[in-house]
Amino acid sequence: MKDKVDVLIIGSGASGAAVAWSLAETRMRILCLEQGDWMKQSDFPSNGRDYEARLFSDYATSPNIRQLPSDYPINDDNSPIKIVNFNAVGGSTVMYTAHYPRLHPSDFRVRSLDGVADDWPIDYATLEPFFAENDRMTGVAGLAGDPAYPPHQLPMPPLPLGKSGAKIGATMNKLGWHWWPSDSAVATTEYGGRAPCINLGHCTPACAQGAKASTDITYWPHAIRAGVELRTNCRVREITTGNDGMATGAVYYDSDGVAQFQPAEVVIMACNGIGTPRLLLHSASGRFPNGLANSSGLVGKNLMLHPWAQVIGYVEDQMDRHGPPLCLWSQEFYETDRSRGFLRGFNFQFVRTANVGNEAVQAEANGVLPWGEAHHDAFRSMVGHRLQISICPEDLPEVHNRVTLDPALTDGHNIPAPKIDYTIGENTNRMLDFAVDRAKDILAAAGARNVCVVRPMLYAGWHLLGTARMGHDPDRSVVNAWGRSHDVKNMFIVDGSIFVTSGGVNPTSTIQALALYIADSIKQRLATLFD
Amino acid sequence: MDMRTLTEAQIEDLRCLAGLIIPASAKYGVPGADDDRIFSDIVGSIARDLGHVRTALGTLRALAGGSFAALDAPRRAAVAATLRAEGGWPVRVLTRIVLLCYYRDDRVMASLGLEARPPFPKGHAVEQGDWSLLDPVRDRAPFWRSVS
Repeated sequence: MKDKVDVLIIGSGASGAAVAWSLAETRMRILCLEQGDWMKQSDFPSNGRDYEARLFSDYATSPNIRQLPSDYPINDDNSPIKIVNFNAVGGSTVMYTAHYPRLHPSDFRVRSLDGVADDWPIDYATLEPFFAENDRMTGVAGLAGDPAYPPHQLPMPPLPLGKSGAKIGATMNKLGWHWWPSDSAVATTEYGGRAPCINLGHCTPACAQGAKASTDITYWPHAIRAGVELRTNCRVREITTGNDGMATGAVYYDSDGVAQFQPAEVVIMACNGIGTPRLLLHSASGRFPNGLANSSGLVGKNLMLHPWAQVIGYVEDQMDRHGPPLCLWSQEFYETDRSRGFLRGFNFQFVRTANVGNEAVQAEANGVLPWGEAHHDAFRSMVGHRLQISICPEDLPEVHNRVTLDPALTDGHNIPAPKIDYTIGENTNRMLDFAVDRAKDILAAAGARNVCVVRPMLYAGWHLLGTARMGHDPDRSVVNAWGRSHDVKNMFIVDGSIFVTSGGVNPTSTIQALALYIADSIKQRLATLFD
Repeated sequence: MDMRTLTEAQIEDLRCLAGLIIPASAKYGVPGADDDRIFSDIVGSIARDLGHVRTALGTLRALAGGSFAALDAPRRAAVAATLRAEGGWPVRVLTRIVLLCYYRDDRVMASLGLEARPPFPKGHAVEQGDWSLLDPVRDRAPFWRSVS
């Protein structure tokens, strides 16, 4: 048996890294178990000529395609949106596009404001200092003064507008609609030992320059220097509990495939909105027959995914041919306006370009790039001429959207795979109708042709939220207002599972601010943590 | 050329189809996707997706009523159009492999005015752009929804 640790963190991604770093100052013995390994920047796709093809093999966004030893399969057959993630030190921050908006103040009060879903037990003001701390630790580029948000300062200047951003900006001005440079977790100057962005243009499948913030190069070096132990290639099978109903530790498979028991005083789950409910459900016992921390029956339920859509067009002017894909957002339609026929809202993201090979693949799949003699003229009118608008709609919680354990499919350690049952909600579909029409308006105003709509994006289940929601009422939530399980007093959840609602923006910034807030709550209550 | 992954007949059909998807262009001075070097890259890139490629080529052969490569040009075009319309995911996968191999060939990249190199370590230049465009937005009153 291993030596007992004070805090056992499961998962080293966005939230696990943040909570580890924050708790390190307590000098407690902290151990993090990660099922993947450290990544090497020299192995990242943008080092090689085959960089675009690797998006469809070992750097595919879907673990079902990637099938690396660190991955576990996910049965997402019963979902129009496929789950994507990455399993390594840094988790899915290794493979994300670093778009870094915060939730808005209204996102925490949707029941009070709009009569749907539930309010969060905390608010924007509670998280504000942790957003700022996380921006500093992560290294976020952006521009203060956005009228769509409460004031906040970013540590670095924004990504360049480029030709594409200027075209979008001028178009949005013509329409009188909001736009602003995105908060981006990309270094635009030297920052904390990271080199600035040199516009590799291939941000999602890991950044060879190290300009994109992933927690393996942001939080983890600091946490390890402060004494946190990070044990890689260790896949947790279950959380164990004692007769008193408290967590006693975890059983995991080490890098040799040998089952090990790691005892702990406190267990912190940081495995994302799929991995956490999977593990809790697989930790059922006589005392917890429906899964750990599941007296509410809500573990795995209320899965929210953000059903993305894309609207793409091509303009005559030369646009950027390279560069970080995301550069601008619009929050014009973010807040509720009942006259639009739906509640809540969405965020537009303006995408700069696609690299040449993937431009061809996407245009062909969208039916605007012909086969045969006409191919060359058509492609030359597209490559370097793209404007793309991605739509991130708020996805409301619905109890039938859920994660369960698959009865047949297992991972390499014979642990049941998660099974996803998900449908796009009626409100979300009405929102997407409206959003797609507004995106077409923008492209029409920009003079775009060959406009095509992708709805929903198939491999776009990035944002895994809501499957162990926070709240005051133990009958209607899994964890309390500071992330502690209602049922298991020494177990915390810090990942996207605890979101009550999804907002209409990428969640990583908020996930990490929440993790820092929960770590701070733990530190404030050390003497009475289990009361 | 590594032909262990497909039969000779499948290789022949695949080459013919690749050349139909992207034919050579005298106007742009580029080879087709059936060019020796590009096609070798295509064949060398299908291992991971071999099942889908075989399925797509099987569909192609069924639509052609035998060898696709043996058809005359008008019939090939008609069969290929049907394949594209009805072939589903396997054809998407096959087409993706053809396109990604084609658009990393040095000659093709040069014809597009692009350097044939990986993005790292040189990177690319992106102009700052005209930030004064943001002035009308800066002047706008805050419109985030207050909850107090």
